[in-house]
Amino acid sequence: MANLTHLDELEAEAIYIIREVAAECENPVMLYSIGKDSSVMLHLALKAFYPEKPPFPFLHVNTTWKFREMIEFRDRRAHELGIRMIEHINQEGVDAGINPFDHGSAYTDIMKTQSLKQALDAHGFDAAFGGGRRDEEKSRAKERVFSFRNKNHAWDPKNQKPEMWKLYNTRINRGESMRVFPLSNWTEKDIWQYIRREQIDIVPLYFAKERPVIERDGNIIMVDDDRMRIGEDEEIVNKKVRFRTLGCYPLTGGIESDADTLEEIIDETLGAVSSERTSRVIDQESAGSMERRKREGYF
Amino acid sequence: MKDLLKFITCGSVDDGKSTLIGHMLYDAKLIFADQEKALELDSRVGSREGEIDYSLLLDGLMAEREQGITIDVAYRYFNTKQRSFIVADTPGHEEYTRNMAVGASFADLAVILVDATKGVITQTKRHARICALMGIRHVVLAVNKMDLVGYDRDRFEEIQKDFMQTSYGFGLESVQVIPVSATAGDNVTGKSENTLWYDGPALLPYLETVETARGGNVESFILPVQRVSRPNHTFRGFQGQVESGSIRVGDTVTALPSREEARVKSLLIGDREAEEVARGQAATIQLDREVDVSRGCVLTTSDSIEVTDMLTATLLWMDDGPLVEGRNYLVKVGTKTLPGTIMSIKHKIDINSGDEVSAGRAYKNELVVCDISLSEDLIFDTFENNEALGGLILMDRVSNATSAAGIINHSLRRATNVIWEETAVTKEHRANMKAQKPLTLWFTGLSGSGKSTLANAVEQRLAAMGRHTMLLDGDNVRHGLNRNLGFREEDRVENIRRIAEVAKLMNEAGLVTLTSFISPYDSDRQNARETIGREYVEIYVSTPLEECERRDVKGLYKKARSGEIPNFTGISSPYEAPENPEIEIDTTDMTLDEAVDKVMKQIMIYMD
Repeated sequence: MANLTHLDELEAEAIYIIREVAAECENPVMLYSIGKDSSVMLHLALKAFYPEKPPFPFLHVNTTWKFREMIEFRDRRAHELGIRMIEHINQEGVDAGINPFDHGSAYTDIMKTQSLKQALDAHGFDAAFGGGRRDEEKSRAKERVFSFRNKNHAWDPKNQKPEMWKLYNTRINRGESMRVFPLSNWTEKDIWQYIRREQIDIVPLYFAKERPVIERDGNIIMVDDDRMRIGEDEEIVNKKVRFRTLGCYPLTGGIESDADTLEEIIDETLGAVSSERTSRVIDQESAGSMERRKREGYF
Repeated sequence: MKDLLKFITCGSVDDGKSTLIGHMLYDAKLIFADQEKALELDSRVGSREGEIDYSLLLDGLMAEREQGITIDVAYRYFNTKQRSFIVADTPGHEEYTRNMAVGASFADLAVILVDATKGVITQTKRHARICALMGIRHVVLAVNKMDLVGYDRDRFEEIQKDFMQTSYGFGLESVQVIPVSATAGDNVTGKSENTLWYDGPALLPYLETVETARGGNVESFILPVQRVSRPNHTFRGFQGQVESGSIRVGDTVTALPSREEARVKSLLIGDREAEEVARGQAATIQLDREVDVSRGCVLTTSDSIEVTDMLTATLLWMDDGPLVEGRNYLVKVGTKTLPGTIMSIKHKIDINSGDEVSAGRAYKNELVVCDISLSEDLIFDTFENNEALGGLILMDRVSNATSAAGIINHSLRRATNVIWEETAVTKEHRANMKAQKPLTLWFTGLSGSGKSTLANAVEQRLAAMGRHTMLLDGDNVRHGLNRNLGFREEDRVENIRRIAEVAKLMNEAGLVTLTSFISPYDSDRQNARETIGREYVEIYVSTPLEECERRDVKGLYKKARSGEIPNFTGISSPYEAPENPEIEIDTTDMTLDEAVDKVMKQIMIYMD
């Protein structure tokens, strides 16, 4: 009899969830944000169906402000693995010149939330896998593995379906959809340990390297291309930095670090004094901001 | 390598569950620095007494922060040198019992809180019973607020005795009773000076060491098939999680329900070739010969697994609407989903005393034992033997809600005892003698929509064409077969069920059957569709309410409007319009002949 470790149990649970969706949903999709959690989720999807390829496409909602290295990584992985990668950009937002400097939270709403809704509606996806974890944020801590969205993609936290044992109820009415979180029970530490154990390929931005950065409101922001607006009192300096989470480069704070191997990253992470979402600038707006955005349809 | 303990906390409102876990994480330095900052910050904004409010670490959703109670299960993750933990903090209020059950189904151990000033109350009994029902075998009873009773030993022992009496017969393998104070921190992470008379462990050290290995059937191999993978014509793999036992390449397994045997040709754990797969692992199995296996089938070496189409289950009812006999649901067990009908409610279980109470209905948060009849054979084990094949949920076919969760007690065995009479003269034979194809034309619509007039006229047309027909309507059914039924909801459900069964028998006899009943509920019509099968043709007479009311042939609408007739469909009771009827007809601007022409033209498609 095998004695399963904590990671073995989490892996088996995630694979079970991914297979249930593939078996019961008509038109599922896996959201792929290029970050480490997405890399783990993709890895689990490959395992779940091996030797078959995952029987669903992957969707990347591109705000057009992602780090260049992220896009290169995405295209390379999709090509190597032979999976179907759909990219969606909210063209109306681009045409209207929506950007992270002038439009603040409206930018996130238009280029991420609205864009995601557009993509899900356009393809008629009834279930979308997301890499969300319950340890990330307090409102996520209460979300089910199978989380339901109404026709407007809104979440009703007071009316979640009971989730008993492994008996997932995947039935929805026309126009409704599901978000499915196979990594619900993983912590950041589990993610890193699993990446190490399975030797999973991740974006090089997670490793420390000399990068051109500026300091803004206590965050270290990378100058990834010449669209970055630099204030008069700001100065571009080269610093050895890495990123704990990846998103739009003008909104993603890095940390100064010498950790350029997986071992060192894990050591730093396990002794971390901040939980990872503090480096996502949008989350600090107000207590409960994540829940509010989710009710409005943010993933 | 560290193992994992999943536990839940439950108790009544204000027993201090969130505070206890919050305090444990805080004391054991098990929270990240910025969460600590957030905690202090949040605490200042909405504090109850200006001190650190530990519960804010767990009470996530805005709505419950405003109300000061926990409305849904919150999952927290922490680890110590000894163990990894997942704690499900569950709501205490009666209204959210179903959310507590969600947490209980997930956990191996329950920490049940009681308020030392109040002792074991109704909620405590309810929670202990639900934990036991959902399969929890290990309980910690945390007697909280010991500071408020002066750390009194007698009070503690009185509560301990009460709980032992309450939980007797729940099949618990271990119960540890610990005196604590969640706000003051006594016996949370370390032994307290205030309770020197207590010689047991503090809460956290106990959780770090308690053994919760599950009993039941762990020997035989059981794998419910999630999906069949066929990437190419050479590979056919059955994928699923091993729920019990283990299997090796070369071993023989039985596929259920077909009972075919085959040898294991190859095994994968995820993407890795393996010689053996065992309980808990995600497997892909190739067999050495073709067997009839699809999603919902089970591969096993066990001979105790049963196949039945009738069973008795204990349910926790979770739907806002009541459980009514005769209703049809989708039943999910393991990886199999199939329609099932609640045949009879045997009794309810009083949540406090455990006594059996006779009942005709069950409401939200009640425990009820009932017989369920399934549309086809189901593979199952008792919950006691195997959780994966012994737990079930019921899904509402219209709202898609999870209406109930429960455990299978036993098969009714009627499925194996009562063998369907194989008659020598078949349905086809009878139909052929009449040179026709049997059908059930199911007319549905509001009172006064013209469905009975239309059904009559259609029958006349069919008779004129030499077809053998039978019309079922209120007059010939209500006065005879269904004379004992009134107009309560369960009577209306039963009325339609009997009509569907009779229509089916008429079809077996080779007849074209016409039924004319309002049949306002989608679930009942779906039930009829299921019973009758492919002979069912739904004809929705969609004449709008205003027109029906204008006609008011029998003067019923007038009476309903004046309140003389309660529960009148369309006025004081809903009509759920069919979404996908085979035929839809609005008689507003048509003569009867035109309407009959239209129906006849469309039913001809189904007649040949």
